[in-house]
Amino acid sequence: MILFVMTKFGKGPTDMLDIFDILGPIMVGPSSSHTAGAVRIGNMARTLLGGEVKTAHILLHGSFAETGQGHGTDRALVAGLLGMKPDNLDIPRSFELAKEHGLAFDFGVIQLRDAHPNTAVLNLEDGGGRRLKMQASSVGGGRIRVDKLDDVDVGFTGAFNTLIVNSLDVSGELAEVSRELSGAKINIANMSLCRSRRGGAVLMVIETDQRIPPVVRSLITELPGVARTTYYEKEAE
Amino acid sequence: MALDSMQEIFDKIDRFGKPFWEIVLDTDVEERQVTREASFEKMRAAWRAMLETDDTYRADRRSVSGLVGGDGRKMRDYASAARTLSGGYVSEAIAVALCTGESNACMRRIVAAPTAGACGVLPAVLIPLWRGGQASEDEVVEALYVASGIGAVIGYKACIAGASGGCQAEIGTASAMAAGALTALRGGGPAQIGHAVAMALKNLLGLVCDPVAGLVEVPCVKRNVVGAVNAISCADMALAGIESRVPVDQVIECMGDVGRRLPVEFRETALGGLAVTPFGQEVKRQMRGSQA
Repeated sequence: MILFVMTKFGKGPTDMLDIFDILGPIMVGPSSSHTAGAVRIGNMARTLLGGEVKTAHILLHGSFAETGQGHGTDRALVAGLLGMKPDNLDIPRSFELAKEHGLAFDFGVIQLRDAHPNTAVLNLEDGGGRRLKMQASSVGGGRIRVDKLDDVDVGFTGAFNTLIVNSLDVSGELAEVSRELSGAKINIANMSLCRSRRGGAVLMVIETDQRIPPVVRSLITELPGVARTTYYEKEAE
Repeated sequence: MALDSMQEIFDKIDRFGKPFWEIVLDTDVEERQVTREASFEKMRAAWRAMLETDDTYRADRRSVSGLVGGDGRKMRDYASAARTLSGGYVSEAIAVALCTGESNACMRRIVAAPTAGACGVLPAVLIPLWRGGQASEDEVVEALYVASGIGAVIGYKACIAGASGGCQAEIGTASAMAAGALTALRGGGPAQIGHAVAMALKNLLGLVCDPVAGLVEVPCVKRNVVGAVNAISCADMALAGIESRVPVDQVIECMGDVGRRLPVEFRETALGGLAVTPFGQEVKRQMRGSQA
């Protein structure tokens, strides 16, 4: 596994606390890490799957497994899969709402090595055969970090607009993608490039200050060597 | 956020000749690329959400386990009927801390500050001053900037999650934020704010996170009270000219170090402390039973 991380600020993205991470979020209780963070993990997974979630097999690790039920972590994850935000007063009713929306889910326990105590692994499917496996952790104060996507190590937070590019491992691919972004005056805040082996599939994770409009995303998707792109837009202020 | 230490904030206060809260506001404006007005209004919205939690408190609500609810009302009833030991301001701070903490446990909307478990500390010290006409809304919002700047530094240098550093990282941080906010609100200078933060954090150093049945209920709700009362006393000490012997940035780093060394049983796993008392285990057994 080769993991290459660049950052302009000399700090990892999870260290970048803005003051409204501290005084906030405005959220439904009882736990910022176990409830609000779990809603965000669910919502992130829904976005990265790119469609309505039809089945969800969710594994809880560490403190999520030990104390998750009483904190409503299970209800919060499902609420996020339904597209809710952390301040939605319907979070406690998410299991009932999932039934109405045709979302089938189950929960299990997993023991991971070197994972944050508040970690969940979500295996999702939409109705059309699209699958996503995402490992994410709730790192405090409702902030999250996506740790793995389909077993490839990543490390992004949703604090920025995030573009994920699945591409072939060919030279110059990164330059092509960043050229499209700079052409649209979109500033890259953090970028990481991950691949499982030389010549294999590459996952580019690009966090940007500005929103990436659909037209720029389709230009990138159409680049030779790009298999697909996924986009997460950060929560509105 | 680009404020990595309390010293950096103090240096910027000296360099730019601005108060503590404005250095934090400037940093937010730069970091998030927003206008000063947008930043200030977002902070005002957080303040109003804190007020709404307390305004919509109902004593008949109960938490998932049934262990939490109604104590905020008891405190207010007692304070209005009897001569309290702690006096008007502190009694009301206790009541607001309880009402907000209980609301959180009952899945109501709160403002995490810095976490949901510690959401009662800042409202507890600020709401009674504002209701009593001792601070305008803008002054309270400015105090919240001071609090959030302190919290951002602690989050960067140490940690703010119970799962990472125990209760000292949650209630301890909230208390330090509140102590700094109160000191600023009462006209204390940067050095005094630093001493208030250092004293508040030191006083709660080592506090474990040991929630009964893993719920943010017992002892969390009442620890909001201790965070608030600790903040008030540390702010008063700092305003009296009392200093922390250990410099504030060293105290913050020390809190992070203590957190990392805390056994996992005392970091929100509900495997130690009050969670494993006979009472705690009985609650856990009942919770499991009710879910089966």
